[in-house]
Amino acid sequence: MSAGADLTTPALLLSAGLFAIGVVGVFLRRNVITVFMCVELMLNAVNLAFIAFSRWRGTLDGQVLVFFVLTVAAAEAAVGLAIIIAAQRNRDTLDVDSFNLLKW
Amino acid sequence: MAFLAWFVSRLFSLDVMPFLALFLPLGGFIVLSLLEPGIRRDREERGAVLLACTTVFLSFLCLLWTALHMDEAARTLADFRVQWRLPPRASPYLPYQPSLPWLDWIDVSGVHVPFALLLDRLSSVMTLVVTGVGFLIHVYSIGYMAHDEDRVRYFSYLNLFTFFMLLLVMAGNLPVMFIGWEGVGLCSYLLIGFWYKKKSAADAGKKAFIVNRLGDAGLILGMIAAFYSFGTFDTFALTEGAGALQPEKWGEFGPMTVAALLLFVGACGKSAQIPLHVWLPDAMEGPTPVSALIHAATMVTAGVYMVARLGPLYAHSETAIAVVAIVGTVTALMAATIALVQTDIKRVLAYSTVSQLGYMFLACGVGAFGVGVFHLFTHAFFKALLFLGSGSVIHAMGGEQDMRKMGGLWRKIPWTFGTFVVGTLAIAGIPPLAGFFSKDAILGSALGEGHKILFAVGLLTAALTAFYMARLLFLTFFGPFRGGHEAEHHLHESPWVMLGPLVILAVGSIGAGFVPVPEMLAVVFRQPAEEGHHAAWLPMVATLVAILGIAGAYWLYLMLPDLAARLGARLRPIGRVLEEKYYFDRVYDAFASRVVVEGSRKVLWQGLDASLIDGAVNGIGSVTAGFARAVRVAQTGLVRAYALLILGGAVTVLGYLLWAR
Repeated sequence: MSAGADLTTPALLLSAGLFAIGVVGVFLRRNVITVFMCVELMLNAVNLAFIAFSRWRGTLDGQVLVFFVLTVAAAEAAVGLAIIIAAQRNRDTLDVDSFNLLKW
Repeated sequence: MAFLAWFVSRLFSLDVMPFLALFLPLGGFIVLSLLEPGIRRDREERGAVLLACTTVFLSFLCLLWTALHMDEAARTLADFRVQWRLPPRASPYLPYQPSLPWLDWIDVSGVHVPFALLLDRLSSVMTLVVTGVGFLIHVYSIGYMAHDEDRVRYFSYLNLFTFFMLLLVMAGNLPVMFIGWEGVGLCSYLLIGFWYKKKSAADAGKKAFIVNRLGDAGLILGMIAAFYSFGTFDTFALTEGAGALQPEKWGEFGPMTVAALLLFVGACGKSAQIPLHVWLPDAMEGPTPVSALIHAATMVTAGVYMVARLGPLYAHSETAIAVVAIVGTVTALMAATIALVQTDIKRVLAYSTVSQLGYMFLACGVGAFGVGVFHLFTHAFFKALLFLGSGSVIHAMGGEQDMRKMGGLWRKIPWTFGTFVVGTLAIAGIPPLAGFFSKDAILGSALGEGHKILFAVGLLTAALTAFYMARLLFLTFFGPFRGGHEAEHHLHESPWVMLGPLVILAVGSIGAGFVPVPEMLAVVFRQPAEEGHHAAWLPMVATLVAILGIAGAYWLYLMLPDLAARLGARLRPIGRVLEEKYYFDRVYDAFASRVVVEGSRKVLWQGLDASLIDGAVNGIGSVTAGFARAVRVAQTGLVRAYALLILGGAVTVLGYLLWAR
């Protein structure tokens, strides 16, 4: 075990709080960019949880996974922002509920 | 030089020569069919036609060499067995069975079908007839088809036919024979429908093909039955195996009876025996040389050949051999009576062919397989001659085939007339022409085996044969010309390329009877090679009957043509039955249109297909569509709704996991 105070519980609580904020944001906000940022927030909340568990268990697995998540998040940001720009150009709006063509 | 010597020594061996003979016509077919689209000029066309004739002639020479060296090879094999103290074979005669290992066909557990040939005297007789008569007909076709724009296609088909026929005859086992069997059927179809723009020709081709399929179904089942009982497809082993089994008596349906009867169904189809004879007269829609080659001399005799080939199988089953004899005899008589009233020159000959094939089966049915093949051999000569002669007549008449519009032609086309007379006398059985010997041998065998009824019917058929052939001769060549002026002006003798084969075949029709075929073949059929113990009066009676038939025709059609008409009117009911060909076609048509067509429409189409199968398929479709209609409302297109569902799912799963622990 490493030295210093055990920050596992506070870190996990913070992670859960951030995740919850992200979820609520995704459901309540209409602007696509805000929704997108909330998704990023959820990802980072998960990252924090990974690091907290990693430290608690004394292994590197969680930290390695964080790098994967960061990589995916970067790619997702590039693609997601591109899609948002394309959507904005086509629709002149960023309201999530206006993108509803893909249905029966 | 050494290579050349080695090459020649390899070439002239029984392992190579028969295959060379077999594949030469196939090569001719491949070359011709590849070149055919590019052939435009006359010179090229002549070259192609000559190539077709050459392959068949070379094939004939190869087979002649094979035939001459075969007995020697068999003797060497027998000596080999003696030298190495191997147990002697059941039969003293060993056929030579070369095979091509790289062409082995089927080799799965327990079933081995090599690409093997069976060379013995029987197959040699047949192959020489096929290529010899076949070559003459090729040559004749050069003249007959000279003005046909499709003659390269025609000759390529003829070559393909020769290949398949040789394969059928020389095959060492039943499956390989079956390839040839189906192949000649295909070529028959292609050549009957050669003038495919004519609807009757195309229909006749289809009819021949379909009727033959019926027989072939029997043949396949027969092959399976033979394999099931004997464990081999090898023809020679089958006949040897039959010799070891117990003969089956009347009423005992053992493996041999079943196999033999099923195979005979196939023979009936190919050799146009009742009730599958209906395709042969219609096959006359094809070019006349085709009728001569395929529907008289070679292909239709394949059934007789197969029965003879598997002779021991039949000889061991009283039921099977009796069926062969009865079907053959009934066919011979019925076809001969129908031939009496036909007016189309080729149809008379077609029914005559059916009748003569019945004669051959009659011979096989009384156990005289060698005699049956003898009649096959002589028949090939005189029937090919008669067909080619009729082709020459049709050529002279500018395509007219109705005998009622002919007459007095002997002055105009003397060579055709002369050879036709020879053919007529040969088929009528006037000594010393070929038909007399073989027919006499058949009647003698029937009598010798104690089949009095078969003998009597055979004798009656012989008289009818003489009568209708003489009628054909008199109507065509004698009396006044009954065609129009224009037709009379058109009359001309055929070119020498057509008359040459006629003359050679006429010589064959005179001389073929002196070849002692039954004695030569006795060893193949493992029968004693004795001279038939015929009654001394038989040849005289047979000749007398033939002369009576000819005299009757002379009296009716030349002396008193009015009487023929009056007699025809008096015997109207009988004549009507004969003209309708015993209603076989009517019954089959009715069966086809009522049972097959209506049954297909009402039961299979509207009943089974439309309601059951379509119902099942459409039902599955509508069930799927209905279900989809019910659940598709979930797909709102609102991204956040989906996200909510995902969240709900995730929470549910997590909750379950926590609760379950």
